[in-house]
Amino acid sequence: MSATAQTLYDKLWSQHVVRDYGDGAALLYIDRQLLHEVSSPQTFEGMRVSGRPVRRPAAHLTVVDHAVPTRDRDKPIADPLAREQVSLLAKNAEAFGLRHFNLHDPLQGIVHVIGPELGFTLPGMTLVCSDSHTSTHGAFGALAFGIGATESEAVLATQTLRQARAKTMKVCITGRLSKGVGAKDLILALIGRLGSAGGVGHAIEYGGEAVRRMSMEARMTLCNMSIEAGARTGLIAPDETTFAYLDGRPMAPKGELWKAALAHWRTLFSDPDAVFDKTVTLDASTLAPQATWGTSPDQTAPVNACTPDPASAQTEADRLKMERALAYMGLAPRTPFSDVAIDNVFIGSCTNGRIEDLRAAAGVLKGRRIAAHVTAIAVPGSRQVKRQAEAEGLDQIFLDSGFEWREAGCSLCVAMNDDRIPSGKRCASTSNRNFEGRQGVGARTHLMSPISAASSAIAGHIADPRDYL
Amino acid sequence: MESFTRLTGRAAPLPAANVDTDIIFPARFLLITAKKGLGRYAFYEWRYGPDGEPRADFVLNRKDFQGAEILVAGDNFGCGSSREQAPWALRDLGVRCVISTSFGEIFSANCFKNGMLPVVVTADQLQALMADAEAGVPIEVDLEAQQVRRGDGEVIPFEVEPWRRDALLNGWDEIAIVLNQDGETIAAFEQSQRAAKPWLYQGE
Repeated sequence: MSATAQTLYDKLWSQHVVRDYGDGAALLYIDRQLLHEVSSPQTFEGMRVSGRPVRRPAAHLTVVDHAVPTRDRDKPIADPLAREQVSLLAKNAEAFGLRHFNLHDPLQGIVHVIGPELGFTLPGMTLVCSDSHTSTHGAFGALAFGIGATESEAVLATQTLRQARAKTMKVCITGRLSKGVGAKDLILALIGRLGSAGGVGHAIEYGGEAVRRMSMEARMTLCNMSIEAGARTGLIAPDETTFAYLDGRPMAPKGELWKAALAHWRTLFSDPDAVFDKTVTLDASTLAPQATWGTSPDQTAPVNACTPDPASAQTEADRLKMERALAYMGLAPRTPFSDVAIDNVFIGSCTNGRIEDLRAAAGVLKGRRIAAHVTAIAVPGSRQVKRQAEAEGLDQIFLDSGFEWREAGCSLCVAMNDDRIPSGKRCASTSNRNFEGRQGVGARTHLMSPISAASSAIAGHIADPRDYL
Repeated sequence: MESFTRLTGRAAPLPAANVDTDIIFPARFLLITAKKGLGRYAFYEWRYGPDGEPRADFVLNRKDFQGAEILVAGDNFGCGSSREQAPWALRDLGVRCVISTSFGEIFSANCFKNGMLPVVVTADQLQALMADAEAGVPIEVDLEAQQVRRGDGEVIPFEVEPWRRDALLNGWDEIAIVLNQDGETIAAFEQSQRAAKPWLYQGE
């Protein structure tokens, strides 16, 4: 073991230390920040009260995504609170001189979808957002993590944050994913294994053959849900796939700057003999498609399996957790997933609202109809994704199958706009959280991949996508 | 920020594991842009029935625990969303300290920014403190000494990062401190980063 061997996290951390406090904490320089309408009003109010200016306005990007409607965009937003919040971000962005994408901007979309597609997100950066799914941007080899509204104010005012250095966890994914199994299944299986607090205090780095073969979209799905295992940061070392994705993006460097950046980005990997605090290995070839059965993302099982039996729980605490989750979900123990009828399907979100996700779902839906009792919506992650999908004719495939085709936003991933699942109804969802009430008061959420959600829409119950490929 | 030094009192027991910030502060109330007065929405779905009436069985609706400053909570409290409304709402209810075996990291960081102390204990210690809370036995939390003291005299030491402890004990405005102490250091960092990685400063 070499004394100087560093993990990717170590490199990103040490390149951003402004002041080392010597006790595992440092003042860390933050290169970029994303802000959205829901978590930023109190942040800007804090700036206003203190009278401090934004230190580097060009380092921040603001966009509306959480509270925006996904239909009737030509009319004013019906909900007065949402309307107020959406217009407040525009006012704040203008007052503080920050770039803003409003509801009608062709580049509007979910904060974690537009950052990468604009080339705002780049390898080697530190990037924050007052949003827990900021881990998404780690797919580019950026040190990206979610923060709170007060920390967001500190970044606006100082471009720094005091942070404690995380422990490092290597997740090595060997082998190849089999047909019908994708990044979403992989991350759900991993969260199931680690537990929802298994990654607390850690920065996870994903590597191994399955990851190297993944597209950027799939890598973003993987890093996005790191937080559901408790890890604020998920990382993947940048490679040719990363560089090819970024080349030519509007905010990515060009010409000589691109060459200089590329030379730096090629140094961003964990040294072969670097030591991680923890290492987990997962064999991709053994995985089946996954679906969650409970109210925590770690409550997951193969889609061809059954709900668990609390009687078989290892501990009393686990038994209580299972019982509580099954009761909320309205499911009996040992119920086969294929017997679980669904009412709604949601395809979208910062986890699975990118072009590749829509292509995969459309591939299943082409020439088929969704079950008569199912209400299904497809919500592109950004307006760019929407235009691309429409250029490829995917919108027509969704519409022909019985899906609704909506405008870009967070929609049913957080149910803050008018997209809500009614109480007691069951939704097959490509989003990231199956928490109680996440998709509406009393709503029941089953997390799964885009092709599993599309297959379930057709079947009318939770279905194995391998039967529809 | 309000400082935190020491607290003594009855703690409210909330044994459920994985209480996420959506439960603590449901998303639909995030449309409210205020920071104060959010306590009324805390644990909304658990606290109130569909008719809007308080549920008698929810711990914070029980008379003994109303206004409790300490919450003893199940594993992984505050996981999920980064919404700072979760600690703001708890603070508005009167909660200043949460004790659990682990916390969602962003929730934990947000507590420290709002004069609130998250305390991490072991599973056995949590079980004992949960029993104290259920029985109405007062608990003392002392940040200076980094100790939780049980009614029977047992002392439970806890860890807290020194910089976070100092900020909380003194009620510091961390932004002012960083700007005062490190304004020049930050400028020097930017200057050298701009030279080494000019693509990060395009158009500036």
